[in-house]
Amino acid sequence: MSDASQRLDRADSRVRHDEGIAGALRALIDRVRSGDLGMLPVIVGLIVISVVFSTLNPVFLAPNNLVNLLFDAAAIGLISLGVVCVLLLGEIDLSIGSMSGLSSALVGVLWVNTGVPVALAILGAVLAGMVVGLIYGFLRNKFEMPSFVATLSGLLALLGLQLYLLGSTGSINLPYTSALVKFGQILIMPDWLSYLAAILPGVLMVFFGLKTMARRRAANLSSAGRSVLFAKAGLLTAGLLFCVYYLNLGRGVPWMFGVFTLFVIALDYALRRTKWGRSMFAVGGNAEAARRSGISVQKIRLSAFALCSSLAALGGVFAASRLASASQQAGTGDVNLNAIAAAVIGGTSLFGGRGSAWSALLGVIVIQAISNGLTLLNLSSSLRYMITGAVLAIAVIVDSLARRSRARHGRA
Amino acid sequence: MNKGDLILKLRGVSKQFGAVTALQDIELDVHAGEVVALVGDNGAGKSTLIKVLAGVHQPTAGTIEWCGQPVSLDSPGTALELGIATVFQDLALCENLDVVSNLFLGHEIDPWALDEVQMEVRAWTLLQELAARIPSVREPIASLSGGQRQTVAIARSLLLDPKIIMLDEPTAALGVAQTAEVLNLIERVRDRGHGVILISHNMEDVRAVADRIVVLRLGQNNGVFTNETSHQELVAAITGAAENSVSKRMARKQEEASA
Ligand SMILES: Nc1ncnc2c1ncn2[C@@H]1O[C@H](COP(=O)(O)OP(=O)(O)OP(=O)(O)O)[C@@H](O)[C@H]1O
Ligand SMILES: [Mg+2]
Repeated sequence: MSDASQRLDRADSRVRHDEGIAGALRALIDRVRSGDLGMLPVIVGLIVISVVFSTLNPVFLAPNNLVNLLFDAAAIGLISLGVVCVLLLGEIDLSIGSMSGLSSALVGVLWVNTGVPVALAILGAVLAGMVVGLIYGFLRNKFEMPSFVATLSGLLALLGLQLYLLGSTGSINLPYTSALVKFGQILIMPDWLSYLAAILPGVLMVFFGLKTMARRRAANLSSAGRSVLFAKAGLLTAGLLFCVYYLNLGRGVPWMFGVFTLFVIALDYALRRTKWGRSMFAVGGNAEAARRSGISVQKIRLSAFALCSSLAALGGVFAASRLASASQQAGTGDVNLNAIAAAVIGGTSLFGGRGSAWSALLGVIVIQAISNGLTLLNLSSSLRYMITGAVLAIAVIVDSLARRSRARHGRA
Repeated sequence: MNKGDLILKLRGVSKQFGAVTALQDIELDVHAGEVVALVGDNGAGKSTLIKVLAGVHQPTAGTIEWCGQPVSLDSPGTALELGIATVFQDLALCENLDVVSNLFLGHEIDPWALDEVQMEVRAWTLLQELAARIPSVREPIASLSGGQRQTVAIARSLLLDPKIIMLDEPTAALGVAQTAEVLNLIERVRDRGHGVILISHNMEDVRAVADRIVVLRLGQNNGVFTNETSHQELVAAITGAAENSVSKRMARKQEEASA
């Protein structure tokens, strides 16, 4: 059974089987044409942004500016990661900004004012997030309350609680010498560790790729071929090494961003490789079909809302450590919209059933690059808001057009 | 479970949708190793009955016994666990997922580290049993033809080796070869000692495989027949009158032919 046409999945003569690197490229082009854009909008967006901003102000691409950009991106990125979960179900959470603000206030009050150990204070804030998420899920399940409305009222209620906690002083400063503030402002990975982190994904990719390939061959299934695997891993490693090298010309890779990336990897695994993740996509694609397959749609909803609010709370802690304070302004303004925009720009659909954890990371880099670039140009926040709003609108248009194109090409 | 044992017993099952009574006082028995055909006009309540048994709808009244024990089918999960598998009329597939994911939805191998290789192999084996013409199992369902989707839905119902399988118009969109395979499959499932409930508007298919033909009319039982029953008699039971549009048409054709 060594002949390729004898393989189980190669029996149908109508299918063009893309072999090797050329085949992989051809399949990729086909996918993009039919509206399955993947990471393409992000890459195009990043190139445009870099060219525009670096011509306007060369500091934009300086290593240390990019290091700062990554420091700033981690908090919104974590919040956006939670947004991906609810968007996958076709739901929305508009209270993530308020939740992150409330959580930073909680940490400030518990840790600085009351003297609870910092780790417990953070745990408390995240648990509070989880409870809020469970309430949204409960309202959605029991009363069919649209998440749009439930979380909109949550936005106001949580903001009120945040203001109440902070009381008359209005803001709490976190101690500068504490580990939490260092984590948000100066903690950088050692060079060797950052290079290791750049090489590891490629190595793991080859290792697991070869293993899967052997298993598929033993089970008489086709596989993409070694050349494709090595090319992908090589490109990935080269790209990551270059990024790390460039950042190390400045201060280096922030721990904060590293931790955020670990969360992304964990959620990516959960979404793609576990039964829970499969159920998330199923509920987002066709909730009734998922229910009839024996999936508990209600539990999946609860888990998604709880995860979203918990991640928003943790994002709030990150933001507080970045700013070294818990203030009334935390989580207000454009935080909500930036987090949602990041997920959509990264390729997670607003219509449910499509997306990935990586969209939070890629999208937040785009959003943060825009905001960083505009700040370098000394533009006021009024203009920044307008431009970010426009970017979100463009992202949603791209999402809708891609969806229409997929429908026309007979792909969900 | 021996051949001929009573697996499923319904007594007095009713289902109300607001003002509409979709089912009233339904009685139905299914034995091991038996094919029961469920026939009736559009809107007779066939799909509703199937959905009650699949745990999708809760009956407003009546009792359901499974192997002699009264059960309450309060969710699709309960029905699947008991061994009741269903091919729904609207198929209930997730368009955004590929064929393998749809086949194994809710019953994935290795919940914490999905075993894609094993699932794909099993998917191909199941589909080959049904003579399916599906080019790739890694394409989203949205890109399949109507008949291919139906085959996927049928394959999915076989996955868990159920005690009863219910097929709601399974051959409506199928080609000649695939329809024959589904009828073969129904006979294989029956010979393995499982029960089958088949809904179809195609009387030829029904006669070919059914041991008993249960007629529903306007949400009520309207007689139980065998495949020896004449066509006229069946049509009369389905439409509710000896004098009906089908018999009138036949009479007119005969007149035209003799004139
Ligand atoms: N979810 C629902 N809400 C309200 N009424 C419903 C619902 N489902 C079915 N009905 C009604 O119940 C009756 C029976 O419908 P059902 O789908 O069981 O018919 P059927 O016998 O399967 O017909 P067909 O041969 O056309 O598939 C119809 O009058 C229909 O309008
Ligand atoms: Mg029906």
